[in-house]
Amino acid sequence: MPAVEETLAVVAATTGSGYKWGFETEIDMDLAPAGLSADTVRLISARKGEPEWLLEWRLKALAAWQGMDEPHWARLHHPPIDYQAIHYYAAPRRKPGPASLAEVDPALLRTYEKLGIPLSERAILAGVEASGGERAPMAVDAVFDSVSVATTFRETLARAGVIFCPISEAVREHPELVRRYLGSVVPAGDNYFAALNSAVFTDGSFVFIPRGVRCPMELSTYFRINARNTGQFERTLIIAEAGAEVSYLEGCTAPMRDENQLHAAVVELVALDEARIRYSTVQNWYPGDAEGRGGIYNFVTKRGACRGARSRISWTQVETGSAITWKYPSCILQGEESVGAFYSVALTSNFQQADTGTKMIHIGPRTRSTIVSKGISAGQSNNTYRGLVKILPRAAGARNHTQCDSLLIGDRCGAHTVPYIESRNPSARVEHEATTSKIAEDQLFYCRSRGLSQEDAVSLIVNGFCKEVLKELPMEFAVEAQKLLSVSLEGSVG
Amino acid sequence: MSAALAALPRGFLARYEAGGGRLSGDRAARAAAARALAAGFPGPHDEAWRYTSLRPLAEHAWAEPPVATPDPAALLARFDAIDAPRIVFVNGGWREDLSRPPAHWRRPDRAGARPGTLARPEREPMVALNTLFAEDGALIELPAGVDGGTVLLLHLALGTAEAPFACHPRHRIRLGAGARLALVEASVGEGVYLHNPVTEILLGEHAVLSHARLQDEAAGGFHLATLYGTLARGAHYDGFLLALGARLSRAEAHVTLEGEGGRVHLNGGQLLAGTQHADFTSVVRHAAPACASRQTVKSVLGGMARGVFQGRIEVAREAQKTDGYQRAQALLLSPDAEVDIKPELEIFADDVKCSHGATVGALDAEQIFYLRSRGIPAAEARAMLVRGFLAEALADIAAGPARTMLEQAVELWWRRQQP
Repeated sequence: MPAVEETLAVVAATTGSGYKWGFETEIDMDLAPAGLSADTVRLISARKGEPEWLLEWRLKALAAWQGMDEPHWARLHHPPIDYQAIHYYAAPRRKPGPASLAEVDPALLRTYEKLGIPLSERAILAGVEASGGERAPMAVDAVFDSVSVATTFRETLARAGVIFCPISEAVREHPELVRRYLGSVVPAGDNYFAALNSAVFTDGSFVFIPRGVRCPMELSTYFRINARNTGQFERTLIIAEAGAEVSYLEGCTAPMRDENQLHAAVVELVALDEARIRYSTVQNWYPGDAEGRGGIYNFVTKRGACRGARSRISWTQVETGSAITWKYPSCILQGEESVGAFYSVALTSNFQQADTGTKMIHIGPRTRSTIVSKGISAGQSNNTYRGLVKILPRAAGARNHTQCDSLLIGDRCGAHTVPYIESRNPSARVEHEATTSKIAEDQLFYCRSRGLSQEDAVSLIVNGFCKEVLKELPMEFAVEAQKLLSVSLEGSVG
Repeated sequence: MSAALAALPRGFLARYEAGGGRLSGDRAARAAAARALAAGFPGPHDEAWRYTSLRPLAEHAWAEPPVATPDPAALLARFDAIDAPRIVFVNGGWREDLSRPPAHWRRPDRAGARPGTLARPEREPMVALNTLFAEDGALIELPAGVDGGTVLLLHLALGTAEAPFACHPRHRIRLGAGARLALVEASVGEGVYLHNPVTEILLGEHAVLSHARLQDEAAGGFHLATLYGTLARGAHYDGFLLALGARLSRAEAHVTLEGEGGRVHLNGGQLLAGTQHADFTSVVRHAAPACASRQTVKSVLGGMARGVFQGRIEVAREAQKTDGYQRAQALLLSPDAEVDIKPELEIFADDVKCSHGATVGALDAEQIFYLRSRGIPAAEARAMLVRGFLAEALADIAAGPARTMLEQAVELWWRRQQP
């Protein structure tokens, strides 16, 4: 199907319902009482059968969090969050024993179906529609609220020596790895939201790629916030040993609802000598309705440590959802000649607010980083790029290039760029470029004169504007991302 | 906030309480400033002061300037070549004997005594400090259509390490519709002192002010200057600041384009060595359509010096057709130098063209190689390249007394660096 027709079809599918993925699944929930205290943390830890050291670690994080103030430096405005009104633990009820797909609650499976997650083997083998050519198989670690309920392709991965499992399982099965790396990139007291996450995280993914192994398939986790009033506190830890390679995909949708939901995830990546980690995200959480009511609050700490020489970490993100986005996927470039990259598309419309960017901390010699950020603001939204490039004295010959472009659609939105450049090494070269503009009239005219509607023309131009970032995504993700951009812009062009 | 920063204004406030009664002028404004200061000076968690710490100010007990001042002839001699009317301040006070006032100026009408319409003591702590103590300053008012030619505004500070003092002049420059003025300003000095001027600039419709500033304060001096400007329709403010003196300096500029078609240039150069710290912070606010702002800041940082540039362009909803441009370039000459750059865009209008660029690096090895392969010694090759870099910064200033003064200052600085 030609891209334009497809876009039209998607737009048509969403009109009426507004948010295509706005539905709720009724399923038995096991809730902890609302509120956060040492008791809540103990309850979570006990429910998950965690070892003593992890409980200690959580309690330390809680103490740190209690001594911190909620940060307000970002260009974000929201009503105060009542942290004591949130349920910090929600798990779908499940029968004891190993859960095969057949045993999974059918309502849950239907949810995945509606989401279009190719969870079953059949769906994976059938491949995703509209992707050209052959697809590599993909392993899915599906997270339904807080507890992982099904994991596929475990065996293939196990043969390669790859560990891909819920982090709670990793705590039981591979405690030495978790203990060694958990909190080593994002310490428990790193910032307000990371401390909160460290205290109450319920689940997430754990990935370990042993020395010299190239992960045989793309790894993927679908997040879905479901229960009313449950904050989602995911914890992801990915470790690539020397020479290992992995590509990890994260995608999210969430049901429509009125109350704001808090999400504070932490993602930690560790790359040893010559390891490569590619982390891709398509984030499409409920952004609130056209009047700005509801929507997810997304306060995420994502950080990767290039510990080894010539290691590489790249973050690619397409952010179209959430009412509030507070997210700065960063790279700590410690190993010599290590490489960090950040490719981002952030699209805001209606009353969405995004304050997102990256930090590239150059510590080792000849480290390199690339930042490409594309911000699109429409409606009455505000979109801020906030990024830090820091060159420390030992980072001789370090290089950074930053390109940050903003596109404004309509005259009631805002686009902001706040780069920080701090250099303490004379042989380092740092370049930063930023532009802000609107969609050029001549480009629009050109498209219109060839028979495209105003909306299709804008969609086409926006996709072109984001091309540099979209091409960094794995194929099927890129297709989904393109659709998302078109859908998200719907109604804001006129 | 650290204890030192919280306590810092207390010394000033105590001095104000002790002697404030005899200060003339608007008591209410001074009292409001005192209240603003009571909260303490900003620390590193204050975004506007992220890169510049006022802590070194705490090392001295700042007194009032001495009543009897030594002869500033030696400092003045630097400006002999500039043949223009001059207004001279020594240690914050106007010196009639040294000045040759221009036609459209008035005796420093206790400028500080009248609260300005632009200054915001509640927002800027150094402006609050200025408001607390300001008594003197230059007041230049050009009626509509008048060409004021060139005017030299000099501030000479003569202090000693034993008796550090603080002075807080408050200048106002007002140009009527279509008026023109070339203002050449220089701050030089000896010893240890704090020079904390506040300048308010009001430009009427189509008025043109070119404003060249030289900050070559003493090595032990502190220079914390704040400038506020507002431009009516079609007005043009062309500012350039060369910072090469002072131990700690910050030049803050807040300029608002209030009428259609205004133009602002806020260019600057920083030449720093030793343990110098210089900060150039600016906020250009586009509040009307079809205005343009241009900013190029070049820094050359040697020794353990630290250069800071924070520039923000704000484009209001109604400021369609805005054309904003910012460029920051820094040259790090030594492994211990540091540069911090934060160019910021805040845009609420969609039909705008705004961009910024920043580059940081060392001298280009290829260019050095080119020069050396032609027989030029390494040191000289580096010198040539640094000069070339700086010459570019000065190139936009029209030939005349301002350009000559700045070029001479660079030359002088350069000689000071040679062993």
